[in-house]
Amino acid sequence: MSVQLWTYIIVGITFALYIGIAIWSRAGSTKEFYVAGGNVSPLANGMATAADWMSAASFISMAGIIAFAGYDGSVYLMGWTGGYVLLALLLAPYLRKFGKFTVPDFIGERYYSKTARIVAVICALIVSFTYVAGQMRGVGVVFSRFLQVDITTGVIIGMVIVLFYAVLGGMKGITYTQVAQYCVLIFAFMVPAIFISIQMTGNPIPQLGMGATLNDGSGMFLLDKLNGLSTELGFAEYTDGSKSVTDVFAITLALMVGTAGLPHVIVRFFTVKRVRDARKSAGWALLLIAILYTTAPAVAVFAKTNLINTVSNKDYSSMPLWFKNWEDTGLLIFDDKNRDGKIQYVANKMDNELTIDNDIMVLANPEIANLPAWVIALVAAGGLAAALSTAAGLLLVISSSVSHDLIKSIFKPNISEAGELWAARISATVAVIIAGYFGINPPGFVAAVVALAFGLAAASFFPAIVLGIFYKKMSKEGAIAGMIVGITLMLFYMLKFKFGLFDGGKDAVAGLSKDWWFGISPEGFGSIAMIVNFMVALLVNMFAPDPPEQVQEIVEDIRIPSGAGKAIVH
Amino acid sequence: MSEKQAKAKAYWKENLRYLLLLLSIWFLVSYGAGILFKDALDSIKLGGFKLGFWFAQQGSIYVFVILIFIYVRLMNKLDKKYGYNEE
Repeated sequence: MSVQLWTYIIVGITFALYIGIAIWSRAGSTKEFYVAGGNVSPLANGMATAADWMSAASFISMAGIIAFAGYDGSVYLMGWTGGYVLLALLLAPYLRKFGKFTVPDFIGERYYSKTARIVAVICALIVSFTYVAGQMRGVGVVFSRFLQVDITTGVIIGMVIVLFYAVLGGMKGITYTQVAQYCVLIFAFMVPAIFISIQMTGNPIPQLGMGATLNDGSGMFLLDKLNGLSTELGFAEYTDGSKSVTDVFAITLALMVGTAGLPHVIVRFFTVKRVRDARKSAGWALLLIAILYTTAPAVAVFAKTNLINTVSNKDYSSMPLWFKNWEDTGLLIFDDKNRDGKIQYVANKMDNELTIDNDIMVLANPEIANLPAWVIALVAAGGLAAALSTAAGLLLVISSSVSHDLIKSIFKPNISEAGELWAARISATVAVIIAGYFGINPPGFVAAVVALAFGLAAASFFPAIVLGIFYKKMSKEGAIAGMIVGITLMLFYMLKFKFGLFDGGKDAVAGLSKDWWFGISPEGFGSIAMIVNFMVALLVNMFAPDPPEQVQEIVEDIRIPSGAGKAIVH
Repeated sequence: MSEKQAKAKAYWKENLRYLLLLLSIWFLVSYGAGILFKDALDSIKLGGFKLGFWFAQQGSIYVFVILIFIYVRLMNKLDKKYGYNEE
């Protein structure tokens, strides 16, 4: 059977599965719509959190980014997993005990202030919209490459599917489809990785294969081989980076703290029954995420070595079929500068003839390694599962921010249960349409803004929530001042060094890196903005009145794990 | 201070001690072994891996997972000790 037929079959089966689950788990109340009724088991919640978290970027792009960045790619591996330790230890149990529906709920009540709630809603909306546009784009790319439909049609098909189960099922429908999507995506990621690990090193476990010796009889360690190949072509050694230690430190911290502050991740911990379940499901979530995150660097090493061996100094005419296929998509570009008919892939930009998009490393990996057609089709289904599950989780945050935090809490407090449920469904629909629009017409700054989303979450939510739990006397004045200064500083730094707004536009950006404060890139600046947020909040708090007695009682109450079931009754 | 409040305060203090311990390990394996001391650790080899590189791309992630499950265990015990556990 052809790859395309296999792809239709496998993608078709998984889509039918998601829709079936959505029909079975419709939401009947706002509690089911926002938090799946509040009694999801820790393992199911862990799987749903993992699928929610691992987006098209984790599945499709991350291994490729690491393959080209080498050691520098570690910032993503540590940053996007280490955040779960912060989440499990500092946030999840207490927010679950607090027991409301959304992150702005917590900020608004803990800081006894509508202003604080509105600031939190705006942050949640900005973060979620930038993310969801990227997911829809991912859906479009997978459709266009594997099913030969154009990106617009691909995005629309994705929109209809997400619309169906997010609008109908709310958090309940999303949770159980995400459980299925986790299974699909992890299977799709692991199968080719295991195949290639066996091919190259004879070891079926990719995490070990990465550090094993090559299968070709040379007895050489794979990583030594790759280091050798890299330096030969003029690149840095694979296991060494080119970023400064300060910058690696700052980026890792910003990603960790940003992860812990992302509303669509935090909200998943509202869906379990007890505080102890929230802790446990954070553990499950990270374990399930770690399976992919420890395999990705191995895939990166296999793919990079394979790629260099296949193309470097080889005749263009002898390239295998996949090379031509990916050239057609524009993700692989060969420009024979010295007209010798051979491919020179080298570090020096003047002589380099091959431009490779990050995404190819995962998508084309099965073809490069000559794996059977059904494995290639599986990767397509996995990429779609990753993109759809994350998109659905984000849409829920958007719709609950609008229906619960704006309409119910601020504009129309006496809205009926049924009315609020309708408002939630309508805002989810509108959000899908907007996200789809950006998926079809991506603004050029999507990638840049996603980095901003992490910085933003780190600079705003994280300090406010942590102080709200661990510092009883934290006042609204301090928290609001901290959030506003943190966000503004982050936005300023991004606009200055990422968009060149004050120094002559995008073209000037490359020249500005020498002016980075403390040598820290815009991607890593979220960590500085977070520290500034903490300092401003504590400073202002010294001059502000203590929070009211009943707020201090709330803080004392959330520190005690028992009695969480009661608290959720709204 | 009532007996109930004293109990809550003691529970919270023990909780904070666990957090401090676990977060120190969290910091040491990632920012320590994977970033600040990476170059020094790289002179040690673990199979085909340089040790600092291994911590940055593999080891730290394993430790993170273990840390959360240790935390779950410690806290479940602590809840029981103070009678905050529930079925």
